[in-house]
Amino acid sequence: MKNAKVIELEEVAIRFSGDSGDGMQLTGTLFSDTSALLGNDISTFPDYPSEIRAPQGTVGGVSGFQVQFGKKKITTPGDLAHVLVAMNPAALKANAVFMNPGGTIIFDVDSFSGKNLEKAQFKTDDPFTELKLNDYSLIPVPITSMTKESLKELELDNKSILRCKNMFALGLICWMFDRPLDYIEKFIQSKFGKKSPLIAEANLIVLHTGYNYGMNLQHMTPQYIVHPAPIEKGTYRNINGNNATAWGFIAAAEKAGLELFIGSYPITPATDILQALAERKDLGVKSFQAEDEIAGICTTIGAAFAGDLAVTSTSGPGFALKSEALGLSVMAELPIVVVNVQRGGPSTGLPTKTEQSDLLQTLYGRNGESPVVVLAASTPSDCFYYAFLSAKITLERMVPVVLLTDGFLGNGSEPWRVPSMDELPSITPRKAKNPETFLPYNRDPETLAREWAIPGMEGFEHRIGGLEKNNAGGVNQDPDNHQRNSEMRAVKVEKVVDMIPEMEVDGNQEGDLLVVGWGGTYGHMISSVRAMQEAGKNVSLAHFNYIKPLPKNTAEVFGKFKKIVVCELNMGQFASYLRDKLPQFTYHQVNKMKGLPFSVHELVENFDKLLEA
Amino acid sequence: MTKFNYTAKDFKSAAEVRWCPGCGDYAIMNAVQKTMADMDIAHKDFAVISGIGCSSRFPYYMSTYGFHTIHGRAAAIASGVKSANPDLTVWVMTGDGDSLAIGGNHFIHLVRRNINLNLVLFNNKIYGLTKGQYSPTSDRGKITKTSPFGTIEDSFVPGQLVLGSRGTFFARALDNNMKHTQEVLADAALHQGTSIVEVLQNCVIFNDGIHDYISDPKFRSERQIFLRKGQPMIFGELEDKGLILEKGKLKVAKIGENGITREDILVHEPSEDNLGLQVALINMTLPEFPVAMGVIRSVEAPVYDQEMKKQIETVQQKRKISCMDELLQSGNTWTVEGENCSEPVKFFDNKCFG
Repeated sequence: MKNAKVIELEEVAIRFSGDSGDGMQLTGTLFSDTSALLGNDISTFPDYPSEIRAPQGTVGGVSGFQVQFGKKKITTPGDLAHVLVAMNPAALKANAVFMNPGGTIIFDVDSFSGKNLEKAQFKTDDPFTELKLNDYSLIPVPITSMTKESLKELELDNKSILRCKNMFALGLICWMFDRPLDYIEKFIQSKFGKKSPLIAEANLIVLHTGYNYGMNLQHMTPQYIVHPAPIEKGTYRNINGNNATAWGFIAAAEKAGLELFIGSYPITPATDILQALAERKDLGVKSFQAEDEIAGICTTIGAAFAGDLAVTSTSGPGFALKSEALGLSVMAELPIVVVNVQRGGPSTGLPTKTEQSDLLQTLYGRNGESPVVVLAASTPSDCFYYAFLSAKITLERMVPVVLLTDGFLGNGSEPWRVPSMDELPSITPRKAKNPETFLPYNRDPETLAREWAIPGMEGFEHRIGGLEKNNAGGVNQDPDNHQRNSEMRAVKVEKVVDMIPEMEVDGNQEGDLLVVGWGGTYGHMISSVRAMQEAGKNVSLAHFNYIKPLPKNTAEVFGKFKKIVVCELNMGQFASYLRDKLPQFTYHQVNKMKGLPFSVHELVENFDKLLEA
Repeated sequence: MTKFNYTAKDFKSAAEVRWCPGCGDYAIMNAVQKTMADMDIAHKDFAVISGIGCSSRFPYYMSTYGFHTIHGRAAAIASGVKSANPDLTVWVMTGDGDSLAIGGNHFIHLVRRNINLNLVLFNNKIYGLTKGQYSPTSDRGKITKTSPFGTIEDSFVPGQLVLGSRGTFFARALDNNMKHTQEVLADAALHQGTSIVEVLQNCVIFNDGIHDYISDPKFRSERQIFLRKGQPMIFGELEDKGLILEKGKLKVAKIGENGITREDILVHEPSEDNLGLQVALINMTLPEFPVAMGVIRSVEAPVYDQEMKKQIETVQQKRKISCMDELLQSGNTWTVEGENCSEPVKFFDNKCFG
């Protein structure tokens, strides 16, 4: 039956785009989940405005969701989309630059009217020529009118009818990519089925109308086949970085035999962590939505003092507000984890866009000599493991840990082979044992970690605080004591190097160019480095998850390459940190400050230039 | 029968107390230690949390668990302590600068949530630790180092702030009346919810005598009215004066004059939710009125830390997921197997973690 144009692809990127009220995030998510269930590897990138509902039909109000899926390992959501679904002219305008040359554009022809063209600030009535998209496959589909037509039998108001439009687009795309509809049908039933059966029925009708439209008009719409990816055995689920982070902490608390406490304040794009944990009362999670960012970390510090695994989540502006209290946990040596889901800055900046520009704030943004351990996750799913590790380090070393993720990781999702708890290492909190010899700042001679005695433990009563102290926790402003303690706090952080693995490079151990990245850029970094390697270039990748301390063998790794280039979504913060820590090397830089991830294309271009120079 | 037979001494630490000689803080500390001893709760279960300021050195002088934190944040940190472990008996020691200026937000939200802890607000109407600047409770016109020509702002009345934040317990005491302070602290300790005790405290160095007009023991019964549950609001050397309501307003009436008898005098009911009258009592100032001392409001309301515990227990009774492995396997998952597939590589393999 489906014999028209069938195109077989290794990987394909689709971008769903419409008004922020058009349901594009849901459409994209449902399509991604369906693809993941079919066995494709996927990577997603939600790109939405910070306004909940910007004026309808304007470019500023466009919300997009890009997903790449394929038959091999997918590490990025794709630089450019092969297929764009544009629900209105503004969506076309906002996304034209993200299109693969010659790609397919499916658009709701009903919405390409004079008024909407005007709202999107087109100068002519031919937006495609204006955007130079004429040699693309343009597929006009009367989405609005077909949606209305298919629902005319139902007693629904116009607004509710129009809200089903996204299901038409989803059905059509499912036909094009040969996806079954059962997962989506189940989702619609469980979301609307009980509360409003009529809405559920309408969505299902429109979904099928879209699917059938594709089938009936196959002379127009190409069909694609993307085979499942050969991947590791196991049970998989789709997970985004914020959920993975939240779950990593729950896993750590269970491993450590502690209760989990999160004190936090809602902030984009970190709020999902607090939400995901608030949902887990079944697992005993205590979630405290504080009155502000400062109270978020302060309740966390209080909970750590009281003996919980205590964490707080935030983004850049909130992290700034938490800095004094983070210093308190450095001084008091209480175990807490702060997650900073970075976004564009400074100030309120670009709340919904990704960036890596809080690195120096994290390393240095506190009064006094105030070292903390800094980790950075690199994919949506490994946020789970780095959250787990952050908890392990803080509990075993009694030192605060900051985990850096970013908006791209936090909101992006990928299929994840879920581990079982026995795959994860043990966590042994340093609970105090002997009240006879206990002093709050007696230390393990190896790790310099102090012991943790919590209120309720008999015989361990003691006082701690933010003032410089002696071993008993009492105030001590003696010059030599402060010198000693300052050095000790720094060394204690450095000693964590024993807990972390050595840096492993991807590619040859020596060569012409070492590409250095950290945190959430991993997918784009590895894709670009692999592309270079496939082209026969001697390029390797060193991607950092351990920022402070750096892996033991960092200098050794760096020393084996002719050139080093540090790539990051800021103006060169990791590069300047490396210049400080390992000044013997020359660091080239690739930096981007657009609120967007790197594209593989631009990275490759930059690396080529460096190799030629 | 008491379980522990503690005395105040059991709550004193070995640390040398470094408040200025004559500081009102000494008396307050003695009262707190006596109250704790009388509470008959295990010593190990006390946690004393403070912010920054003279009064906030308090935890160091206690032999209990203690945490001297950062400026303004004691209320937030104590909220975390109590929410994490509701079995602890948590006391917050704080001042007018700490809780009403830099920590104002945490203070009102602590009160609003009604977390079961006791907060002693040392109100000396000045910044002492920084050596004499005006505070949010300094009276308009107060001349200090940062207001050499007098302040041009009105002060907070702590009780108003507490009741405006839906406070369930507010009491007032004076540092030079230890017996009464203890009485009030004991009531605060028994109250379920956030108990705020404002102690008018004298700073001998930077604001000496600020409460003298009220506190002068010679005129105590004329200038202060000691409110007690179920008792008529009577004061005066001869117990001949009392408070009545006239046209909706509080008024001092003389018993025996104008036909006023003891029966006409208002009876103090702190456990009634009578915000208007309670605020009016808080607002009474000399010379028109005596200053209200004692527990002014003590009403029942849901307690945050208990509610948090209860909610978890309720959810857990009906839970479908009872451990992390179950959570990981829940919801939309799918299984990958077959010839094409490789064995899974565990994240922590070949890494340092033991």
